[in-house]
Amino acid sequence: MDLMKVIKTEFMTNEALQNLISSWIPELEFNEEGSQFLNITVQPEQLHLLMSQLKTNSETNFDYLFCLSGVDWGKELGVVYHLESTTHRHIIVVKVKTEDRENPTLDTVSDLWKTADFHEREVFDFFGIIFNNHPNLKRLFLTEDWDGFPLRKDYVDEINMVIK
Amino acid sequence: METTTVNNNFKSEEYFINMGPQHPATHGVLRLLLTIDGEIIKKVEPDLGYIHRSIEKMCERDSYQQIVHLTDRMDYLSSHINNEAVCLTVENALEIEVPERVKVIRTIIGELTRLASHQLWWGVMGMDVGALTTYFYGFRDRELINDIFEETCGARLTMNYNIPGGLMYDIHPNFVKRVKDFIAHFRTKLPEYDRLLTGNVIFQKRMRGVGILSKEDAISFGASGPVGRGSGFSCDVRKHHAYSALDKVTFKEALRTEGDSLARYEVRIQEMWESMSIIEQLIDTIPEGDYKVATKAVIKLPKGEFYQKVETARGELGVYVVSTGTKNPYRLKFRSPGFSNLSLLNHIAVGGKIGDLVASMATLDIVVPDIDR
Amino acid sequence: MNISLSITKTIYELLLGFLPEGYEAVADIGAMVVIALIYLGIFAVAGLYLVLLERKVAAWFQLRIGPNRVGWWGLLQTMADALKLVSKELTGTAKADKFLYNLAPYFVIVSALMALAVFPFTQEFQAFDINIGILFLMAISSIGVIGILLGGWSSNNKFALIGAMRSGVQTISYELSVGLSLLTMVLITGTLQLSEIVEVQKNGWLIVQGHIPAVIAFMIYMIAGTAETNRAPFDLVEAESELGAGFHTEYSGMKFAYFFLAEFINMFIIAAIATTVFFGAWLSPFGITESLPWLGAIWFVGKTLVLVFLMMWFRWTFPRLRIDQLLTLEWKYLLPLNLLNLVLMALIVWLELTIQF
Repeated sequence: MDLMKVIKTEFMTNEALQNLISSWIPELEFNEEGSQFLNITVQPEQLHLLMSQLKTNSETNFDYLFCLSGVDWGKELGVVYHLESTTHRHIIVVKVKTEDRENPTLDTVSDLWKTADFHEREVFDFFGIIFNNHPNLKRLFLTEDWDGFPLRKDYVDEINMVIK
Repeated sequence: METTTVNNNFKSEEYFINMGPQHPATHGVLRLLLTIDGEIIKKVEPDLGYIHRSIEKMCERDSYQQIVHLTDRMDYLSSHINNEAVCLTVENALEIEVPERVKVIRTIIGELTRLASHQLWWGVMGMDVGALTTYFYGFRDRELINDIFEETCGARLTMNYNIPGGLMYDIHPNFVKRVKDFIAHFRTKLPEYDRLLTGNVIFQKRMRGVGILSKEDAISFGASGPVGRGSGFSCDVRKHHAYSALDKVTFKEALRTEGDSLARYEVRIQEMWESMSIIEQLIDTIPEGDYKVATKAVIKLPKGEFYQKVETARGELGVYVVSTGTKNPYRLKFRSPGFSNLSLLNHIAVGGKIGDLVASMATLDIVVPDIDR
Repeated sequence: MNISLSITKTIYELLLGFLPEGYEAVADIGAMVVIALIYLGIFAVAGLYLVLLERKVAAWFQLRIGPNRVGWWGLLQTMADALKLVSKELTGTAKADKFLYNLAPYFVIVSALMALAVFPFTQEFQAFDINIGILFLMAISSIGVIGILLGGWSSNNKFALIGAMRSGVQTISYELSVGLSLLTMVLITGTLQLSEIVEVQKNGWLIVQGHIPAVIAFMIYMIAGTAETNRAPFDLVEAESELGAGFHTEYSGMKFAYFFLAEFINMFIIAAIATTVFFGAWLSPFGITESLPWLGAIWFVGKTLVLVFLMMWFRWTFPRLRIDQLLTLEWKYLLPLNLLNLVLMALIVWLELTIQF
């Protein structure tokens, strides 16, 4: 073990994590197949609550958000969060989906993890998902007046896209 | 919607400077909008997208072998390690076991790439703070590594040597000898760099106490690589989630606690020493065997989601693949280290001077194509 | 004691020979014009060769060769560059203040060339020997600052303005150190006149005569002199990695050439002042070539070039200081040190502890 750690570290298995987290919020879906980590699917209304619990609880202590990706699942638009704890070194995946494609809205987690600021702007830029309470939600890579959200599956662009 | 050009709380004694897309200090096409008051910086806002090539969208229509070639162009200074990330994702998903020989060679070339990237970083770092000679010394030694790569892989920068299942061709017969000669030569040169730049009192005054990042902020901003390690955040993927032959070698993780620019600088110099030690541990005992495992011509990943982390010279690169069982990924996301590292620039530069911004940005070591993908 | 300046006298008498009686004033002015043209010719070309020397020295430090294609050993390189600069289009920004924009380079180049007039290259070869020599030099170099400030302001460009402001602050601060360290040496000589300073050094170069305080004064002078000319490690005025090109961003063609040349001539002037005041101008060590007075010019130029090389060495080795570190260096370290040194030198002169040969 690394000599630098002085906090009592306790790696929690997927089962232990599942038991602990389901005791906070009952309506979560847990899934382990098709993935290396424990996946939690949460409803958009409970997203911020779950995230802040995951971060502040000392047994889980997920303080490192290392990947925030937007995904277009075909019918729904969603965001996938990969979280790691720097003390206990367990990893968990949180997924949230919304069926509303016209005006998809989710809560921001940039007040919990500052890295989410830029990542959520990227998701807004490419998928169009609006994050409530984001400090500075505007497009990041594309120009201000770009029409459409390129990484969505129904995006059509005759000039820029080369389809084989 | 507000435009990107005007800060809403613009006071009349502040003024607004554009460190434009073409600028000697921004290491690529990055536009920084600075709001400054005299010499003190009040706000830094990066404007990205000048080299956005929609690599993630292209990956949704390309096969996995083609995707490997796209990854070189992201962080072109650690191109081999980027290739390795995608190849490892595919191999882990298909549960292919690559031969030991492949793992060892991948690690050696990965560490050589890290050395080359840090040499370039060192040369440019000196140039940014004003010591113009360091550029030549850094590049002089980097040329030797590039020559080794050219002989074995065929290219100097974007190597494309990895394929899912192994390597594209076997290493050149001269490879082992040349690497050993290079290590012996570089071991005498690195102390020279230390004397030229690190020990210089002007340099230390420019870097000490500049751009301080605390450990909690580093974790919160997702800083990885030398940026995180300079603040005491132990984030070396080679230690925590070892891949290829990295679990067989012993090396120390370079950690510092001060979190200022000098700490990040020292972390990279120590990483260069550690890389040389890793290569020395592996170079004499490359196992015999095949250099690749045969895979099907059309690679289809099973249905599911896969994540692979690797440690590039900049930090933690993550490859997240969502696959529905077809020959193209449904969604492929690259978690780029430069993107998270750049987001903390506003945090560390505010309150300092323009010269401090340049020094801090040089220690963040960002490569803009990595950020923009 | 007034040493005759035979070069001016010779030209004056030559001209007088050609003109009819009563035209002494014309011969006077004529002599001055001829001297001015000779100096302009020599130093414009010398400036160009200093640029080449810088490039060769830089290449040597950076393990490369430097210019070697144009002319044998690259000797015609700066001639080619000068021709190119002369033939460039003189662009200007639309909103620049036209009059000041055009005037700024002239301040810089004229003050640089004026300062060259007072140097004693040999016993005979000194164009202008006034009794306030050193004061004149310091005054003239202060005028150069105006050119930089005007250039930055009138370019109507934020980066240029920042560069000009930084430069103004830097030059004004370091002038103080330059002046005080020269004053320390004047305590030994007792006179400001340059030719008499050289006379005093016939008993041994001033840096030897003044031993400890003179060596300290020399080191402070070199640091402050490098800062005066905006060279590295004090070159944040033109810090390319920060601001583009600083105060001369908007200049091109011949006007840019004036700024550029003026920087090198200033470097030569700083080195020449150091040679005159510390190292005995045209005097040879221990008087070994006393009998060949024309060798004095070679000694002078040689010593100056060694100091110029030292300044170039600084540039290519050290990183750059930040503006606040630069000002801290001057006001908190160099200035008190200078004042203490002055007192020390005064004590040594009063107690007659100088080393005389």
